[in-house]
Amino acid sequence: MNDRRSFLRGFLSVLLSGGAIGGILKILPSKADAREAPPKGQKWYGFGVSVDKCIGCARCMESCKNENNVPREPFFFRTWVERYITRKNGATTVKAIEPNSESLPETASDKSILRSFFVPKLCNQCASPACVQVCPVGATFQTKDGVVLVNEKTCIGCRYCIQACPYGARYLHPVTRTADKCTFCYHRISRGLLPACVEVCPTQARVFGDLNAAASPMSRFLRMNKIHVLKPGLNTEPKVYYANLDGEVR
Amino acid sequence: MGKFFEKFPDPLARLIVVFLALFAVGVIVVVVLIPKPMKAVEMQWADAVKREQGRPIKYAGFHACAECHDKLYEMKKKGYHRDLSCETCHGPAKAHTEDPDKTKPVTPVERTFCPQCHAYNPSRPRGFPQINPVAHNPLKPCASCHNPHDPKPPTTPKECSACHGEIARMKAVSHHVQLECTTCHEAPQQHKVSPRAIKPTKPQTREFCGKCHAKDAKDKLAKNAPKIDLAEHGEKYVCWQCHYPHSPEVEQ
Repeated sequence: MNDRRSFLRGFLSVLLSGGAIGGILKILPSKADAREAPPKGQKWYGFGVSVDKCIGCARCMESCKNENNVPREPFFFRTWVERYITRKNGATTVKAIEPNSESLPETASDKSILRSFFVPKLCNQCASPACVQVCPVGATFQTKDGVVLVNEKTCIGCRYCIQACPYGARYLHPVTRTADKCTFCYHRISRGLLPACVEVCPTQARVFGDLNAAASPMSRFLRMNKIHVLKPGLNTEPKVYYANLDGEVR
Repeated sequence: MGKFFEKFPDPLARLIVVFLALFAVGVIVVVVLIPKPMKAVEMQWADAVKREQGRPIKYAGFHACAECHDKLYEMKKKGYHRDLSCETCHGPAKAHTEDPDKTKPVTPVERTFCPQCHAYNPSRPRGFPQINPVAHNPLKPCASCHNPHDPKPPTTPKECSACHGEIARMKAVSHHVQLECTTCHEAPQQHKVSPRAIKPTKPQTREFCGKCHAKDAKDKLAKNAPKIDLAEHGEKYVCWQCHYPHSPEVEQ
């Protein structure tokens, strides 16, 4: 009788201490604490877009192509601007605008339009990016400052990341045959400059900065506006924040 | 122990030696031949970050422009275009900052450039200045009326348009937009007091229009104005009997 009791006691204590050791040493990997809290003092870049300021002039698309050697063909973009037109019957059409297209000037005569606006889009630089998860060779990765980059030396061009990105922010570069995407102009921001699209935006519809810095245009943008992100239900935690976003925008 | 080696079959020993040799080759391949970055994905990432950071810059940023073009910068700072970066219109200028004489940034003068922002588009935010590029003073580059570094919102000419608003609006979209009313009409002060009794003058001679439109016209403002030979072109009439001066049209 005594034997069995002591055996059980010993067995239980071993179990408990095992659990404690597991907790302390973090034997079980926990994915949640990998990205959620960027350390203080470390840069953690974010991007702000004021939808109500965008005039759809396509300067951003133009400058992005200039700065990043994006192919000139109209269907390769690191950033693009969509035009939403909601009609009175409830139908909404979305179309990416084409820069430098000389279309007929529009008039205010179309009375069937209920509301319409421009929405700039780019890579959302998610905190938990789907593209990084799926890359079979580890070519897509996240830097310490929260920017998702593609290593074109190891990318095999399998397009899995292009499929996985819920925002359609990636394309296959026709020359290098590797995945390409917005890098927040990583070569510029690491030299203290703004991304090219933010630099040239004539209406300050685009804001860029360190989310960890309390006093910066980016933090002010987050403080002063009601913020939305695209597809929040996917839990990718995008770091491109939209102000004055219409519910129609996906 | 000696007995063990005696009993050990010779073929097996050879086989073991072969396997050991293969294993050694494998170890050498993994440890020596395969470069380190191929094994450590972190090293590849650090490499990629370095490569990304080393890429050349095309846009210099507006601080760089202000260093040399300080007067334009100061002028722009007070106007409606104060928030615009120089490179929004002038294009990437990093090459220009490195060698100002060799490469010049573009100066957009075409009439299609400004409408990229200022053409009417129902999707643009309300209050953003927009025009109809077809009707708005056609054929003139925008910069001939608006200083792009200090653009002004449209103003109504106060003196005449209070009464002659229709004419003023028509003139605003015609080729004669830059002409003051007083270029052609002399309005005596009394005209404002009793408009019907005292009338402003009208040009009475063909030579008046000829100042700009004659073949040998020297007026600077009318450098691009259509030119005619006064001696041959409709000599019996005064110009405004055929061409309405507030919205002149020339049909070929």
